[in-house]
Amino acid sequence: MADLKVAKSVSENPCHMCMPIGGILPLKGVEGAMVLIHGSQGCSTYMRRTMAEHFNEPVDVGSSALNEKGTVYGGGENLKQALDNIRKVYDPRLIGILTTCLAETIGEDIERLAAEYLAERGLADLVIVPVSTPGYGGSQADGYYLALRRIVAALAQPTPRHDKINIIAANVSPADIRELKRLLAAMDIEYTLLPDFADTLDRPYSDHYTKMAPGGTPLDAIRAMPGAAATIEMGVTVPPALSPGQLLADEYGVALHRLPIPIGVAATDLFLRTLREITGRKVPAGVLAERGRLLDAMIDSHKHNFAGRSVIFGEPEMVYAVTRTCLENGVWPTVVAAGGAGGEAVSLFKDVLAASPEPSYFLSETDFAEIRFRSAAAGANIAIGPSDGRYLTEKEGIPLVRLGFPILDRMGGQRILSVGYTGTANLLDRITNTLLDAKHHTYRTRIYDEFYKGRRLNLAPAQAR
Amino acid sequence: MAQAVAIDGRQDFITTKGRQISRLKCDDDSIAGAVSQRACVYCGARVVLNPITDAIHLVHGPIGCASYTWDIRGSLTSGEDLYRNSFSTDLKERDIIFGGEKKLAAAIDELVAKYSPKLVFIYSTCIVGVIGDDLEAVAKAAANRHGIEVIPVQSSGFAGNKAAGYRAACDALFRLTAPATPAEAALVGKDRSINYLGDFNLAGEAWIIRDYLAQVGVDINAVFTGDSSYGELKKATRARLNIIQCAGSMVYLAGRMEEAYGIPYMHVSFLGLADTADSLRRIAAALGGGSLSERAEELIARETAKVQPVIDGYRAKLAGKKAAVYVGGGFKAISLIKQFRELGVEVVMVGTQTGRKEEYETIDSLVADGTVILDDANPSELEKFMTEQGADLLVGGVKERPLAYKLGRAFIDHNHDRKHPLSGYAGAVNFAAEVYTTLCSPVWRHAKMGGDLDG
Ligand code: SF4
Repeated sequence: MADLKVAKSVSENPCHMCMPIGGILPLKGVEGAMVLIHGSQGCSTYMRRTMAEHFNEPVDVGSSALNEKGTVYGGGENLKQALDNIRKVYDPRLIGILTTCLAETIGEDIERLAAEYLAERGLADLVIVPVSTPGYGGSQADGYYLALRRIVAALAQPTPRHDKINIIAANVSPADIRELKRLLAAMDIEYTLLPDFADTLDRPYSDHYTKMAPGGTPLDAIRAMPGAAATIEMGVTVPPALSPGQLLADEYGVALHRLPIPIGVAATDLFLRTLREITGRKVPAGVLAERGRLLDAMIDSHKHNFAGRSVIFGEPEMVYAVTRTCLENGVWPTVVAAGGAGGEAVSLFKDVLAASPEPSYFLSETDFAEIRFRSAAAGANIAIGPSDGRYLTEKEGIPLVRLGFPILDRMGGQRILSVGYTGTANLLDRITNTLLDAKHHTYRTRIYDEFYKGRRLNLAPAQAR
Repeated sequence: MAQAVAIDGRQDFITTKGRQISRLKCDDDSIAGAVSQRACVYCGARVVLNPITDAIHLVHGPIGCASYTWDIRGSLTSGEDLYRNSFSTDLKERDIIFGGEKKLAAAIDELVAKYSPKLVFIYSTCIVGVIGDDLEAVAKAAANRHGIEVIPVQSSGFAGNKAAGYRAACDALFRLTAPATPAEAALVGKDRSINYLGDFNLAGEAWIIRDYLAQVGVDINAVFTGDSSYGELKKATRARLNIIQCAGSMVYLAGRMEEAYGIPYMHVSFLGLADTADSLRRIAAALGGGSLSERAEELIARETAKVQPVIDGYRAKLAGKKAAVYVGGGFKAISLIKQFRELGVEVVMVGTQTGRKEEYETIDSLVADGTVILDDANPSELEKFMTEQGADLLVGGVKERPLAYKLGRAFIDHNHDRKHPLSGYAGAVNFAAEVYTTLCSPVWRHAKMGGDLDG
């Protein structure tokens, strides 16, 4: 595996988004929670647009709408007015405040402002979770875990031991969240799943619309997380300082198991084995049958997959899981780009890629211009990641399997299922069929050009074929 | 009814036809916490300038501003496609502390080396406004170094709303188009052709209009800014007339060009049959009438004959339906009201993100009594008024779509990334077809049953 460092002062077609959008997601997975972005109006509008298009759901996010005055003299008044208005319209039980680069640069102290606000208004029941998420401070993945950690820090209380286990989910789809719940139910395990946006970001149509989406992890369940037997956190690439599981371990002694997102046979095995170890429950026959079906699917498609040379990009945790799944199936990774992954995560990726029989590039600080260049040079023939990868299709003819966040140019980003044995089989089918599609598209011309060239020149090529 | 909105201070932004429209508040900052549908100054500037196809659009700021705006518009190009990239200086913490000017200069150097552009726009974003990088100085130095044009766009996100971004873009365009030499200044207004302002060539809309005008015998000099190039824009002041479609974004530039060069301007609209015909007639008349007007009439008659039956067919299916409109600018809202009228659909709620006072007055004069008119709405108000007014359909952008669907109402995309043109005769048919497709879909029958097996 070659290492590559390119010193550049310009990002050419960004491959990640900023911290605050990552912070919105977990807050949308907490019951009765609303989000307020402290900064100027544009950021929250862009983020809402991105999320509305990915989830095909209304995503309401407040903004303190900082203007020139607020920027010069401080945005405290704006923030408090925004909190008043958010409470009036949405009546939330928890409000997460995320900062933007603007609020951070002018030095807004949201912790103090939040405490002041609660005291001034005499609000004993409302929980405010201030999270500092400067846009220049990290990627959306950092924002995601940091917001989760702050939610846990704000709510967790010393709790007597109980039988539930804590599951901290990565930024997967609402369909994935539902699949995780199904597996936990199949094993008869009691759990607190955080965040839980299975319903809030993918709500069923009904004759009744409420401003606050029903669902989400109950606040009391989060409060009781310190009493759990263990925490399973999907976050092997996450720095400990951002990890909610680490916080529960450090402050309350809850045993922490950091596992990859259960995509692929090995990762799903690990997930279920860990659940079995912690709870003593069995993995039921039905789930084992799903495992068998996945293996069957892997065998059925292995030759096609072995022709795949993949480009994998997106949030580090998802990229890590997908890279391992590709390695399990011979879809050898050629370019792996995990925007924002740093420190230990980098060596984790290097270890995994070292197992590949073919060379691969790992890029952590990168853009699509770089990914495109590397992919073309390496002869990649399939890309896996969010929608922006369509650029690779358009420019290099590398087809894209859409996965992760955000999916902006296809329907059903909220319903893409990839976790567990069934989800993996699903993902694998999408990969294999994309490879088959490309092959079937080109094999006639390719073989004709290679083996038939020059003969029967009197015939038009169309007839000759 | 309009009184009962939840947020203090929002009452003044909402009225109903029949009340005093002159008291409606608009063009003001959003209220904190109101979940406004609006974007920022940078966004306004970027949407206007981005369709210039052979320019480098470099965003000086943190990565977010650039990643949220990468190639999200449906502006098509007939030539270069440099504009479809999103370049960012990707400012990090240390740049915020020590300043980003060096990085910006280096970024321009790298991009010039790689793409040899003739024109570079550098957009300032929120934090650049705060840390006070001197874009003007960096631009000037880079321009001298490379012998190209580098134009700073003062678009710090917090310094006003989207309309301020339109003005920032117009300032940049005014600067770009200014004649640089006495020889060029002598050519001002001397061409027979006209400029077409406020069309961004979404799904090829500027091409449709260019073709109509060519049939009438009128040449378009430069489009601002759909499918335009550096070379075309440089010659823009030679035109003898400016026509403006999207007034919100361009009337300011047209005003400045009139003041500086004496180039007159007129408002046009190519949305809907009536507006299209009216605009073609007025353009022909403004340019001297005669054979131009004759050819305009021929075109109008020919195209109307082609599409009127199709539209009438849709009209018959849409009778009695009610629409709500919530779009970016006042010009669009006005055209939509008229277009719905052509389809026999009544508009019962209408609002915009950045409408101007005159536009709201026009809107008021067009709609029926009882219609709700509102500026800078939020989801909660949209929900309330759509429901109360009994709208069957909402016109809006990406963020509004899921809300309409969740309320079991039809939806029309009138946003920047649409994939079909809505301008001219072809566009009028597309619009009618889309209204039909969404209002008359069988899904609503099932949706009416809600979440229950027994309905
Ligand atoms: S940081 Fe400022 S300029 Fe950038 S998107 Fe947000 S509001 Fe707009």
